[in-house]
Amino acid sequence: MSKNLTDLLYLVTIVTFILALRFLSSPATARRGNQVGALGMVLAVAVTFAQPGMTNVWLIVPGMILGGGFGAVAARRVKMTAMPQMVALFNGVGGGAAALISMAEFHNRIPAPGNLHVDTSIAIVLSALIGSVSFSGSMIAFAKLQELIQGRPITYPGQKVGNLVLLGVAVAIGVAICAGWETQWALVALIGLSLLFGVLFVLPIGGADMPVVISLLNAFTGLAVAATGFELENNVLIVSGMLVGASGTFLTLMMGRAMNRSIANVLFGAFGQVSEQAATTAATGTGTVRSASADDVAIMLAYAQRVIIVPGYGMAVAQAQHDVRQLADLLEARGVKVDYAIHPVAGRMPGHMNVLLAEANVPYTQLKEMDEINPSFPQTDVALVIGANDVTNPAARTNPASPIYGMPILDVDKAKAIVVLKRSMNPGFAGIDNELYTEPQTVMLFGDAKDSVLNLIAAVKAL
Amino acid sequence: MNHGTLLVFEVTILVLAIFLGFEVISKVPTLLHTPLMSGTNAIHGIVIVGAMLVAGTPHADTATKVIGFAAVVLASANVVGGFVVTDRMLEMFKKREPPKPASDDSDPTGPA
Repeated sequence: MSKNLTDLLYLVTIVTFILALRFLSSPATARRGNQVGALGMVLAVAVTFAQPGMTNVWLIVPGMILGGGFGAVAARRVKMTAMPQMVALFNGVGGGAAALISMAEFHNRIPAPGNLHVDTSIAIVLSALIGSVSFSGSMIAFAKLQELIQGRPITYPGQKVGNLVLLGVAVAIGVAICAGWETQWALVALIGLSLLFGVLFVLPIGGADMPVVISLLNAFTGLAVAATGFELENNVLIVSGMLVGASGTFLTLMMGRAMNRSIANVLFGAFGQVSEQAATTAATGTGTVRSASADDVAIMLAYAQRVIIVPGYGMAVAQAQHDVRQLADLLEARGVKVDYAIHPVAGRMPGHMNVLLAEANVPYTQLKEMDEINPSFPQTDVALVIGANDVTNPAARTNPASPIYGMPILDVDKAKAIVVLKRSMNPGFAGIDNELYTEPQTVMLFGDAKDSVLNLIAAVKAL
Repeated sequence: MNHGTLLVFEVTILVLAIFLGFEVISKVPTLLHTPLMSGTNAIHGIVIVGAMLVAGTPHADTATKVIGFAAVVLASANVVGGFVVTDRMLEMFKKREPPKPASDDSDPTGPA
């Protein structure tokens, strides 16, 4: 296959990727878009096999079967609640691949000194550095979300300075390589330091902020892939990598905006650490908590005109989304208008809750975004909060001392009555008390979210 | 094409890709941000082309083969896993459908 034909076919792949992203603008076309993108990927792989001088097919094919097999099995088996860490894992391996490629390229090219153009060296260094950070950072994000290591920020004195020095040394080695220090060990050292930096960079970030980190690392991998494209003089890598780099950066910024925090604050603020102190001081709050039985709540719900369900990660963990939908259907059958209020960062990723509810066959037309639903709370008879916490905390509006002050929240406290389904009075992921629970119109229904919802279903049916 | 011209050309398409990335993403609703993250994750699996080119270098020495093989394994996991996960998420987004028997609701793991 000629070089020109190869490049033209790669261009077709690029177009399929752009279409895949374009089709994501509506839930109706999104799945088709993803399939188009996958076809483009298959085309690119086929074209690459057909390149002149392609050898070692016996090495490549088993590698593909091994990696692809692992990817397929892991992706099929993972539960929808564990999706964020799976994305982190697949993102990390992509970054790792980019770093390995730059290592092999460097190894292959240096026997003839002066062979490397400075721009190729820059590309090799960037792809090694960014790819390695993305790999180890994603693995830590995976471990945190999978709860292999503790989700709370891990901090120690001199952390920021230490990390900065580490990154500085790695960059200095990179600059030296570009300046002509073409020794393999230099690049190996650079990769080692970058891997370590990735670990130390993500460790101090709290579990609740992991989605932002994953999005950022996703952008990183895109950039590493684009740099790999410069190394190999390959357009499909440059364009696809940069598409991901740009879109990932944009998405990261939007997520930061949804939480009303700068990305710098997310990355270096060691959130949750601060709030642990706030939690201990705020725990002395005076209000009393009222708890109710499932039967009481069932009556409130069944005779309401309008109910808004506020789902959170607690619902997802209990795998209660199917039962929640069943409860909503029962209420609708009795003439109650039911909507779902989805906070932009409900769950563990933006839009994560939408995925979980879609899994339970909730039509997406019933899922209302925060800005759309907030004006409706004052006319709502019952707001049913299921396993959501920080996104409903009025302190974000009222208490400037609260660590979440300024974060846009769902105005649940404005509803006429509030029912909170919660396991216990433990504070939420961010580790702060929620004043909502002591409001006079709030009742608590304690217990596992799934059990509570099942009890509610039984109680509504019995009415 | 000499090296300099090629580089300028590559930088040109790089910059255009940045603007395209911003443009395309700004139209994606919050509802689909998780699949978006996952979908772009699958797209950067294109690094598999680079991994194949490195592993398939003619007259490669052992070190190149080993590193290339590892890169192919990682990149394949990225590609296949990325697209499959995204597909699983997206297949669940549907409009209200005709009522089905309630037995469908008892499967806690959802469609596998």
